[in-house]
Amino acid sequence: MKSIEVKNLTKKFGDFISVNDISFDVYKGEIFGFLGANGAGKSTTIKMLCGILEPTSGDALVSGFSIDKDPESVKKNIGYMSQKFSLYGDLTVNENLNFFGGIYGLEGSILEKRKDWALKISGLENKGNILTSTLSVGFKQRLALGAAVMHEPKIVFLDEPTGGVDPVSRRKFWDLIHEISDKGMTVFVTTHYLDEAEFCNRIILINAGKLIASGSPAELKEEFIESTVLEIVCDDTIAVTELLSDEDYSQNVSVFGNSIHLILKKKYSENSEELDVIKRSISEKTGRQDNVKINIILPSLEDVFLNLLEKRE
Amino acid sequence: MDTAVSVKNIVKKFGEVNALDDISFNIKKNKIFGLVGPDGAGKTTLIRIMCGLLKADSGEVDFTEIESTKGKGKIKNEIGYLSQKFSLYTDLTVDENIEFIADIHGVKNYQTRRDELLQFTRLKDFRHFQAGKLSGGMKQKLALACTLIYRPKVIFLDEPTTGVDPVSRREFWIILSGLLKENITILISTPYMDEAERFNYIVMMNNGKLISEGTPSEIKAAMNMTVMEIVCIPVRDAYKILKKNVNSDVQMFGDRLNLIFKGDFPEVNQVREMLENNKIIVSDIRMKIPSLENVFIELMESGNA
Repeated sequence: MKSIEVKNLTKKFGDFISVNDISFDVYKGEIFGFLGANGAGKSTTIKMLCGILEPTSGDALVSGFSIDKDPESVKKNIGYMSQKFSLYGDLTVNENLNFFGGIYGLEGSILEKRKDWALKISGLENKGNILTSTLSVGFKQRLALGAAVMHEPKIVFLDEPTGGVDPVSRRKFWDLIHEISDKGMTVFVTTHYLDEAEFCNRIILINAGKLIASGSPAELKEEFIESTVLEIVCDDTIAVTELLSDEDYSQNVSVFGNSIHLILKKKYSENSEELDVIKRSISEKTGRQDNVKINIILPSLEDVFLNLLEKRE
Repeated sequence: MDTAVSVKNIVKKFGEVNALDDISFNIKKNKIFGLVGPDGAGKTTLIRIMCGLLKADSGEVDFTEIESTKGKGKIKNEIGYLSQKFSLYTDLTVDENIEFIADIHGVKNYQTRRDELLQFTRLKDFRHFQAGKLSGGMKQKLALACTLIYRPKVIFLDEPTTGVDPVSRREFWIILSGLLKENITILISTPYMDEAERFNYIVMMNNGKLISEGTPSEIKAAMNMTVMEIVCIPVRDAYKILKKNVNSDVQMFGDRLNLIFKGDFPEVNQVREMLENNKIIVSDIRMKIPSLENVFIELMESGNA
């Protein structure tokens, strides 16, 4: 079932085309990643999908409502949370939840029930009376998510939700996201942190207002990485990097901490004869260093993203 | 001696809060040294103390090695500091900003070095732009060029890649690797565990405490952790099955799962069979080296942080 249907969405500011004829679908209960560098058109798209910015042409159905014809219904049926968008620090946890519940028109026993739920998922049961500013970033983040979905919207938009938090809080946050999407809520995540995108079921990538790739993280890695990447662990990384950069098989060589990442010109299978030849050549270059190790490494989404953008330049 | 800077028993309190709780480590020459930890770990406070911008309650920062060659009290011109906030003059051009910093540090013939740095940071085409008109990534590179104009021996970079997009981030990394060839020691802080994998040596911090140090591979090896990565469909059902039947931490990603074992772990085929018996389609299953993120989580949850 489609939760969001975007059709030829376009936004111009004067002569500048911020979003250029993009179309895609998001399915119910999916964690959907919307990626792009700064200035790619992400914020403009989100604003349109949340019903707060009118498209120049095209349309999108969000939870069945047209962003062009019925933006008010769109606003009522979504939740929104951002790292920048914060709760009120000088209100208590309960007061914040009352405030957001009020905005969404919740009252009486429904409000109480939803408040209990928000406290529970953020790990703040029996802590409703403490001042929000005294909470750690991780708790604030989960509380902000709870507040954003108190009215049980079918879709929640998360705008760079976990930048800068500690890995444990981030882990808890994503476990929570998986839990709410498992119950059928669609989660739409925008981010330029590629490791955050690994948590998404499906991803689209936009650049200069245009959609340039879509698929699951594994599909994108399979489709857009056309060459094998080797990790070479050795002592004198800088000297070895210079030796390798002139070789015929080298596409790109870069120092990566105490190892070297070598992008080859082609994709080789793991046990192929050709790859063995290359490995032997590398061993010769690194000379008599004892602890040299050469391994194939799996590309990250960051590799995919950079590869795609470089090709477009 | 290959130590550029020694940090010895640094303590700093802000009121009741222990911002830095007895921190000690050595920074080796010509390496990229990383201070890694989430917001509030104490990274910025420590960097400011190391640069002499803030006084520690006790402990000391020892630049003996640099001072012995340059003379005592000459340390200010030998260190560079890039703060988290953009601190250049937005109404001056790229060229003028560099010139200004060169003047402050009494550098006479800076023109050749400036051209070199602009080439190096790929800012040459933008040299007559006002700094305020540059993108976030370009501003960072300009700030770095300004710091390098007086040829410091050690540079301190406080979260230079926070909020910077992946393309600029990778470019910044290439520039830093290049700097090592000029015999510069680099200290860099970051909240991103994936970025920390690129450092030569790291110190992990949390809540003002040092929780682990070493090269990324040393830190991982010390943990005795094993990670099994499983790409499968439907990933949510697989998660529930594994949570119930396998004695490990299970982390779910968009299209795969990681099982994180401490100590003993089962055979890959055993896990594959269990999933396939439950109608899960497994497209890839393999052991992999734990990430620094896995390590950090384990340290925090086992109470060592």
